[in-house]
Amino acid sequence: MSTEVRSSLTPIHTAPGTATAARVTPTLPSPTDAPAPVPRQELHQLRYNAKAHVRKEYWNAPTMTLWERSYLPEILRGLTITTGIFLRNMFKWVTGRKGALTTYYPEEKRADYAPRNRGKHILTQRPDGSPQCIACNMCATVCPAKVIEIEVGFDVNDPAHPKSPVRFEIDYSRCVFCGLCIEACPEDAIRMVQDVPELVSNDRFNMWLTMEEMLTWNPQSDVAKPYPPKGGKPILGAPVKRDESRGGVSSTH
Amino acid sequence: MLPDLSITLVFIAGSIGLLMGFGGLLTWVERKQAAVMSDRIGANRAYIRIPFTKIELVWLGLFHGMADGLKMLLKEDFKPRTYDQLAYTLAPYVVFAPVLLVFAVIPFGGMIDPGKIFPALSGFFEGRTYPMQVANLSAGILVVFAFSGLTILGTMLAGWSSDNKFSLLGGLRAGSQMISYELVMGLTVMGLILVFGTVDLRDMVNQQSGLIGGFLPAWGLFYQPLAAILFLTAAIAENKRIPFDLPEAESELVAGYYTEYSAMKMGLFMFAEFIEIAIVAALFTTLFLGGYNLPYMNDAGFTLPGGNTIAISHGFVVLLQLGTFLAKIFALCVFQIQIRWSLPRFRYDQMLSFAWKLLLPITLVNLAITAVVVWIKDGAR
Repeated sequence: MSTEVRSSLTPIHTAPGTATAARVTPTLPSPTDAPAPVPRQELHQLRYNAKAHVRKEYWNAPTMTLWERSYLPEILRGLTITTGIFLRNMFKWVTGRKGALTTYYPEEKRADYAPRNRGKHILTQRPDGSPQCIACNMCATVCPAKVIEIEVGFDVNDPAHPKSPVRFEIDYSRCVFCGLCIEACPEDAIRMVQDVPELVSNDRFNMWLTMEEMLTWNPQSDVAKPYPPKGGKPILGAPVKRDESRGGVSSTH
Repeated sequence: MLPDLSITLVFIAGSIGLLMGFGGLLTWVERKQAAVMSDRIGANRAYIRIPFTKIELVWLGLFHGMADGLKMLLKEDFKPRTYDQLAYTLAPYVVFAPVLLVFAVIPFGGMIDPGKIFPALSGFFEGRTYPMQVANLSAGILVVFAFSGLTILGTMLAGWSSDNKFSLLGGLRAGSQMISYELVMGLTVMGLILVFGTVDLRDMVNQQSGLIGGFLPAWGLFYQPLAAILFLTAAIAENKRIPFDLPEAESELVAGYYTEYSAMKMGLFMFAEFIEIAIVAALFTTLFLGGYNLPYMNDAGFTLPGGNTIAISHGFVVLLQLGTFLAKIFALCVFQIQIRWSLPRFRYDQMLSFAWKLLLPITLVNLAITAVVVWIKDGAR
C-alpha cells in the first residue's frame, strides 16, 4: 500500500483489500490519441466566435415578460407608486400632520434611543460632591480626537487627592464617542451615560461640555470609591501603608 | 417704432425673468418633491431675518436657492491648468445662452392690445395689437431645434477643454446622447408639422383651440399620442436628466463634463439644466397641450362644444392665458421631476440602443402612418 503512488486517475474510494487487484495504473494519453491539430485559419475563426460573437449567458439573467420588456407600462407602474407616496405624504402635510419619518432635531427629540446608547460624558463624584477625577490626564492622552482639556489644581490640605481638575472640558464638535477615555481612567471618574448632549448651536465654540454640566450626575448609591478612604486619613509625608493581603498593591486613595 | 420697441423689451424682460424664476424655483421644487416622496422633510433651515428684529422667515426652505446661489457666487473660481483656457471659459455660456434663446419663439399668450388693458396708454399704442411672444417667427420650431442643438457644442467644449478624463468621457457621452435624441425629437415633431401644416408655433396653438369630432379639444396630444410620449422621452434625454444622465453620472464620472468647473460656472450648468426643464415643459405645452389656451378657449372667449360662446373681456383673457400657460408648464415640470426621482439610470449601451433601435423606428413608423393618413384626408391626390 505504501508504495502505491496515488495519481489523479486512481479511484480514491478503492477498498484496502482489493486495492492491489483493482489498481489502475495511471496512463498518460498517448500522442496518437490527441486531437488532430486545428488548421490555423480555422482556429482563428473558432477563437473569434468564442470571444467576441457568442454572448455570454448568465445564470441569473433577468427573465422578463413581453409586458415588462415593453418598458412603458412598468414605468407608469413605478410612477404610480412614487406619486402615490408623494400624494399620501402631501395630504398629511396639508392636513397638519407630519408626512415624514425624519425627527426634526432639535425641535423634536426621539424617545427611542437604544438602552445601550452612551451619548454624554459625566464625571463621577465623591459623597461631598467633589469630582472623583485626579487630573492624571490619562483620558486626554488616550483620546484619539484630542478633545479633552484638563486644567489641574493642587490642594495641599487634601493629601489623599492633592490633584483635582479646576477645568475639565470636552469639545463635542470633535468628540467621536469612542469611549477610550472611560477605559483609560484609573479612578472610574469619567463615564458615559444614556443621554444626549443638548449642545445645538450655530457656533462650534458653544459645543464645549463644561465641568459643571458633567458634574450634574450624582447618584448617592453608585459611588465606586469610599471617601474618606478606608484606613483613616493619611498624613502628608507619611510612608504609604501597604496592604499585604492585596499583594502589595498601593492605592492612590 | 417706439411702442413696438417698448412692448418687445417688456416681453424680453418678462421672459428672462420668468425663466430665471422657474430656474430658481425648480431647484426648490426638486428638493422638496424628492423629500416628500421619500418620507423626508427636505431643506428648510435657510431663513431671512428681518433686520432689527428676531423674526426669521423660513417659508418652507424657499430661501435655500438664494443661499446656494450666493455660495456659488462667492466661491473660489477654480481654473484647471488646461491648454484651452478660452474654450473652458466659454463653455458654460455656450450651454446657457441657447437655453434662454429657445424661449424667444414660444408664444405665452394670444394677441394683446395694450391700449385696451391700460386705457392711459391707448394714445401711445394707437390701437395696435401684439402677439405675446418675444419673436413671432414663422420658422418657429426650426429655430427651437437650431438653438437647442447649440447646447451640444457647449457640453462637448466643456468636456474637451477641461483636460480631465472624466470630463472627456462625459463630453463624449453627452455628444453622442444628445445627437441621437435630437434626431428622435426632431422626427416626432415632424408628425405634428404634417398634421398642422405649419412650423409656426403661434399658428399651431391657434389650430389647437379647435375641436376634434365636435367635443375633443384639437390638442396635438390627441392627434399624435405616441409622438407626445416619444417627444417627452427624447426631451428628457436631451436635457441629460435621470434616467438619461449618463454624461454626468455621479457614480461613474464624478460630475461628467463639468467635473472641473466650480463656483458660478458650475452654477450656470446647473441653472441651464433647470431652465431647460421649464423649456421642455413649455415646448410640450405648445406642441401637444394646446399652448396658452384652456380647452374650448380662444382669444375671444370660450366656444363650448354645444355651440354656445362665452365672451370674456380682453384683460381677463390675457390673464387667463398667462395663468394657463404657467400652470401647464409647472405641472409638466413637476411631472419631469417625478420621473427623475422614480427611475433608475440606463446603462450607456442601453441608452444608445434605446434611441437607435427602439425610439427611432417607432418614430419613423409613426411618421409614415401620419403622412399616409394626412395624405388620405387631403383627398389622396
